[in-house]
Amino acid sequence: MNGILTSYLPLVIFIAIATVIGLVLLIVPFIVAFQQPDPEKLSAYECGFDAFDDARMKFDVRFYLVAILFIIFDLEVSFLFPWAVAFGKLGTAGFWSMMVFLGVLTIGFIYEWKKGALEWD
Amino acid sequence: MIFPALFFYLFAVLCVGSAFMVIAARNPVHSVLFLILAFVNASGLFLLMGAEFLAMILVVVYVGAVAVLFLFVVMMLDVDFAELKQGFLQYLPVGALVAAILLAELMMVGGAWVINPAVVKAVVAPIPGNVTNTEALGLVLYTRYIHYFQLAGIVLLVAMIGAIVLTLRHKPNIKRQSIPDQVARTKATAMEVRKVASGQGLKETAQ
Repeated sequence: MNGILTSYLPLVIFIAIATVIGLVLLIVPFIVAFQQPDPEKLSAYECGFDAFDDARMKFDVRFYLVAILFIIFDLEVSFLFPWAVAFGKLGTAGFWSMMVFLGVLTIGFIYEWKKGALEWD
Repeated sequence: MIFPALFFYLFAVLCVGSAFMVIAARNPVHSVLFLILAFVNASGLFLLMGAEFLAMILVVVYVGAVAVLFLFVVMMLDVDFAELKQGFLQYLPVGALVAAILLAELMMVGGAWVINPAVVKAVVAPIPGNVTNTEALGLVLYTRYIHYFQLAGIVLLVAMIGAIVLTLRHKPNIKRQSIPDQVARTKATAMEVRKVASGQGLKETAQ
């Protein structure tokens, strides 16, 4: 238990350093940089134009489909991890059980491919 | 060791705090980002309990994929969430009352629950020290719990087919590239030579 936690010490150090660097880069400009605010600095440039409306709008449901299909294969991969780690001790039954699992998902993949869900239009 | 306790409180406080911000934030996109923070902290809590694999999967699946899906949903709905949630904090007392009643009921159920002593003994059986978390999971998931594993595969298949059936709408009149059709084209099917009488042109255009 404690052995597990100490093996994550580098991760903690990494995240701590990353947080510190991020905060420093965020805060130091407020202290050091020369500031002279002016509304003109925030307005659009000559060749740019003002935003027409809110950036949030309905967009195509196909993005969602791509994301869902991605999640399904993401989960499939997450099942492969413990299988790969324990592979040596699993024996034939474990091997074929994973092959059936992959086969079922391959049926889904073929369906998806044939249906044209991977194509944009 | 004081450090695990310290990290537990850090993760727990951040998790509860960001979970509150999920429902309190004005901007729905900010809510989703707080949800991601809550996921990350929950995975930290899993890690402290020694469930390494679960913690990593939480980050990979929930932070990597489900949160993106939530962002899509939030952006796709195009509902004015700020207006929708206007009354949220006003209705908080009523909601808290309902939640308290539910909690009391759950505690009553939990208090009356008796766990078979044999099961308790099996639950606290420690994982042997030389087997990692992921390996211990792998050793039973694919052989002993094969039915649940295959069921998970079927559920994923149903999810895949359901998502395609529900959302896939091909626009009509779109010409897709078909390589077999292109390759199968011959001179005979692709072109036609006609004699055109002088000054008359072709009566009917081809096809």
